[in-house]
Amino acid sequence: MALLQISEPGLSAAPHQHRLAVGIDLGTTNSLVATVRNGISVVLNDDEGSALLPSVVRYLADGSLQIGMAAQAVQSEDPQNTIVSVKRFMGRGLKDVGDVVDLPYRFVDTPGMLQLRTAAGVKSPVEVSAEILKVLRDRAERSLGGELVGAVITVPAYFDDAQRQATKDAAKLAGLNVLRLLNEPTAAAIAYGLDNASEGVYAVYDLGGGTFDISILRLSKGVFEVLATNGDSALGGDDFDQRIYCWILEQAGLSQLGVNDVRLLLTHARTAKEQLTDNLQAQITAVLSGGELVDVTLTRDTFYDMTKNLLARTLQPTRKALRDAGLAVDEVQGVVMVGGSTRMPQVQRAVAEYFKQTPLTNLDPDKVVALGAAIQANVLAGNRSADDWLLLDVIPLSLGIETMGGLTEKIIPRNSTIPTARAQEFTTYKDGQTAMSIHVMQGERELVSDCRSLAQFDLRGIPPMVAGAARIRVTFQVDADGLLSVSAREMISGHESSIAVKPSYGLSDEEITQMLKDSAQHAKDDMQARALREQQVEARQLLEAVENALQEDGALLDADGIAAIRASMEGVRFLLEGEDQTAIKRAVEALNQATLSFAQARMDKSVSGALKGHKMSDLES
Amino acid sequence: MSISLTENAAKHVQNFLVKRGKGVGLRIGVRTSGCSGMAYKLEFADAAEGEDLQFVSNGVTVLVDPQSLPYIDGMELDYTLEGLNEGFKFNNPNVKDSCGCGESFKV
Repeated sequence: MALLQISEPGLSAAPHQHRLAVGIDLGTTNSLVATVRNGISVVLNDDEGSALLPSVVRYLADGSLQIGMAAQAVQSEDPQNTIVSVKRFMGRGLKDVGDVVDLPYRFVDTPGMLQLRTAAGVKSPVEVSAEILKVLRDRAERSLGGELVGAVITVPAYFDDAQRQATKDAAKLAGLNVLRLLNEPTAAAIAYGLDNASEGVYAVYDLGGGTFDISILRLSKGVFEVLATNGDSALGGDDFDQRIYCWILEQAGLSQLGVNDVRLLLTHARTAKEQLTDNLQAQITAVLSGGELVDVTLTRDTFYDMTKNLLARTLQPTRKALRDAGLAVDEVQGVVMVGGSTRMPQVQRAVAEYFKQTPLTNLDPDKVVALGAAIQANVLAGNRSADDWLLLDVIPLSLGIETMGGLTEKIIPRNSTIPTARAQEFTTYKDGQTAMSIHVMQGERELVSDCRSLAQFDLRGIPPMVAGAARIRVTFQVDADGLLSVSAREMISGHESSIAVKPSYGLSDEEITQMLKDSAQHAKDDMQARALREQQVEARQLLEAVENALQEDGALLDADGIAAIRASMEGVRFLLEGEDQTAIKRAVEALNQATLSFAQARMDKSVSGALKGHKMSDLES
Repeated sequence: MSISLTENAAKHVQNFLVKRGKGVGLRIGVRTSGCSGMAYKLEFADAAEGEDLQFVSNGVTVLVDPQSLPYIDGMELDYTLEGLNEGFKFNNPNVKDSCGCGESFKV
């Protein structure tokens, strides 16, 4: 007979209606699958008893595949067809992936996402990821004895819309129903937050193989909220290996090694690093291809000294995230450690010193993300009672639209919790304008040229009106997966137009970090640039209005009057070419002055025109 | 009248209860559903209810409502591993027939 699991009181599943759900940590180096069994989140092992599936896929000429350990083992023999770290390419174009020259793959630069040419044909990163997910799905279905109703898949907090969509597509291709995408640090917090069931503010310190992420979360009254995220996408355990490697070269007086020797010494460096977690010193002994013997002893203290600044580099983004969240260090109630690199004692010590408390390390830092995802999947599949918590995430960069003068208007500010919807009203710029182009932007800067374009669409059918009279309501909606839809509606006619944003190009962690950094550095310049652009827009608008008025009612003025206004307009036009905001402002004021009596005359004319033929009583009502 | 747990099953249940952080034991019962008429109920128990019968086997408290007992009297609960799958198995002497997968049964 079938094997049964213990359910929560009152929640026994009807026969054949088990809601089997899993959490998947689709990692850059390794992937895992976990589920909640008998009320406890557990990682599912494969037939060999190992939990980690190396995220490596090898394509062979006969169309067959090798995935995981088997593919990893032959990686160096067949680098072109063995895809490692495919996560870096998800939802990214060739241009987004920096140093392609160093990678052994044959890239195909297709619009949107890049593709890889393998012995089995051209494959997209989505297809490669799907192969990894299929293995995990198969493992889960065999472990749980039934078909899955769905999965929660984790993604880095900085993943943008394109990368999230690509992850969803990969899951669909693997035959998985995605219950939700979940940010990795958030998943880790769930794993701990529920086990300890204590409310308050938590920091999630995630130091992986090649990336560092810090997230500040608040757990209160059953609501889990991410307050802020930050990180460094080029900092991880590999950098610690690199430091040891450099130290070995220095100690042994070596330089200019071949590729194989570099790899050999890096492997030894990594082993030494791992040994120093439990031992006070590590022996490094290796024979290089040229026959030279390397034999050095690395002490824990020396290792600490040489990696001090790496630790300092993790605390910088940590400080920023806390500042973004508006919190002081002593308001953080607990610190969760994620990622294999947090096993290093000096990392734990540095974090403990900074936060003035011992970080939480009782769950396996390699598995904690998958465990949290499984708990979330279990809730979403309906296997827990209704009094369970809701989960909130934040958007990493502000979202807004372009306004006249190439300026951005932020509609949803950065770090807003999702799902969210915000609306703002805009109006027309020109008389009789019947269409409006909505340009959706992502970024922190004031000028459109410094932000990232996500999408563009037109709203047509605006009834012709004078500039500024139309009311166009633009609504931004971000769903629980962080995907954005934008709609624009003209309030009088009811005309509506909308777009779902699945940007063709991804944005890398580096770029996001860079964009955030730039916005802080250029805050003052941006403010001035915005003031100048706004002044220019105002000036152009005035010139146009005066020009129209002259066309219509020039007859109200004598030749001198027209000449005076024309001269004043020329003054504005000339200054518009330059960048002197105050000068433009003065010229605009001068033009306003010069046209004052003309405006008065026009007003009189239109009032008398409007009154003509009406009785006094008509006007009073 | 009795319901029992194998040593292995008891060990797992105790382990789950500790990790869950609350609960007095297990609730086992049957309900009418499924393709062969009856289905088992296996839940954590937070407290005994009015009519509940209590059994203790290998240190684990098992609560059973009186209506269910005739269908499962004499049953032994085991914990087994089948391939990658693991879970509880009901060895119920009262079962005369069950559906292919064994999730529901007839007495």
